Amino acid sequence: MIQRFLTGFGAYLILLSKVFQKPEKGSMYRKALLKELQLHGLDSLAIVSIISLFVGAVVTIQTALNLDDPLIPDYYVAIATRESIILEFSPTMISLILAGKVGSNIASTLGTMRVSEQIEALEVMGVNAPTYLILPKILACVLFNPILITLSMFLGLFGGYFAAGFTGMVSNTDFIMGLQMAFIPYYVQYALLKTVVFAFLISSISAYFGYTVKGGAVEVGEASTKAVVASSVAIIVANYFLTDLLLS
Amino acid sequence: MIEAKNVVKTFGETTVLKGVDAVFKPGNVNMIIGQSGSGKTVFMKSLLGLHQIDGGEILYDGRNVTDLSKQERKDLRKEIGMVFQFGALFDSLTVIQNVLFPLEMFSNLPAKEMLERAEFCLQRVNLPDSNHRYPAEISGGMKKRVAIARAIAMSPKYLFCDEPNSGLDPETSIVIDNLISEITQEFNITTVINTHDMNSVLEAGDHIILLKNGTKSWEGSKDEILYADSEAVQEFVFKSALFKRVKKALMTRE
Repeated sequence: MIQRFLTGFGAYLILLSKVFQKPEKGSMYRKALLKELQLHGLDSLAIVSIISLFVGAVVTIQTALNLDDPLIPDYYVAIATRESIILEFSPTMISLILAGKVGSNIASTLGTMRVSEQIEALEVMGVNAPTYLILPKILACVLFNPILITLSMFLGLFGGYFAAGFTGMVSNTDFIMGLQMAFIPYYVQYALLKTVVFAFLISSISAYFGYTVKGGAVEVGEASTKAVVASSVAIIVANYFLTDLLLS
Repeated sequence: MIEAKNVVKTFGETTVLKGVDAVFKPGNVNMIIGQSGSGKTVFMKSLLGLHQIDGGEILYDGRNVTDLSKQERKDLRKEIGMVFQFGALFDSLTVIQNVLFPLEMFSNLPAKEMLERAEFCLQRVNLPDSNHRYPAEISGGMKKRVAIARAIAMSPKYLFCDEPNSGLDPETSIVIDNLISEITQEFNITTVINTHDMNSVLEAGDHIILLKNGTKSWEGSKDEILYADSEAVQEFVFKSALFKRVKKALMTRE
């Protein structure tokens, strides 16, 4: 198993070395990048917004229920909600959701291109297929995921604010006060830095599984599943090390 | 002209190509035929540089592929057009975008000229009215024609076709065979076709090589193959009752 992991990791690094090469023609890559930004960025806005809004609301309600003590000020609910959303929910949980949505899309698209000989067609033409197919996907995720996560933070906190006022557990004034109290801007930087690393892991790992598919439709499906699982595990492991490195 | 000299290709313990020699001349439709597992796909992929050969030489107009630098190999690839078995069209691009792709990637022509060239290629393959359709919206025969149009867009010196007739009805097969023959002669291209289809071989094969167990077991033209005494030809070509009757009729007529 360890040998299989190391072989796969080596192949992943070799593929990455082929990805980061000089593009043949800038205009074609810009066009591809815009397409990927649309597919992996803009098309993820809806799911990220809905999940963030409702999870923010749920986190607020659960925190309020658990801190229901006359000795604990109400604005503590907002502080706890803010820290949960900025530190973990938005960067890590949303990245895990994107690993499912974007990762499976990347792996299945590249896998289908592989089994239908579209990648060989690019190679025969003289196109550096790993660069042309994978680099725009990595760039799109690395550039757009921080925007998605920032949006997720705002919507999560807005969901919390809305739930606090709607249920009457915390007054809007207390909630706003809690959001502003003891705010550490570095936490946002930390979250966005994690997001960039996670975006790279999602796109590159999924691309590796898709690009190296051998076989047919069944193998493409398997690659898609493996891509999501491997990206998710990589995110969780990287999250531990990044947290230790950046917050300890 | 493409020359293969004593080409050897192994996969692990298995030697798939055991020293194949062949010369493919320009203006000719060259065909590689043979049973499944005879090594013809590996041979074609070796010629294309998709497989690294383990022995021998492959020369494109005197240029030894194994001696070329990375850049020279890239430049050589721009002189090669390839028609894949199932077309290998890019799903996310329309018909015209597929044909434009190599032009946009490698040529420095103005956009208008690129579009004119792509439209010319589509007209040349008798597909003038499908520019904005996606590959999923066109038939198998049309996909093959788009693939041919894409392959000739950069005016290649060498054209490779992998099973260009597979999955096509006999009428469309003949259309594709004739189209490849016409284009080969019109643009003086060195065309290499990998096929199983004996109708196609007899229709268009100016030069045929038969592979068996990784070696060249016969070589000749479409006129010679019907009279060949080679055991390998008898086994491969005249296995079917139809071709046995054709051969008998020809012999009787003479």
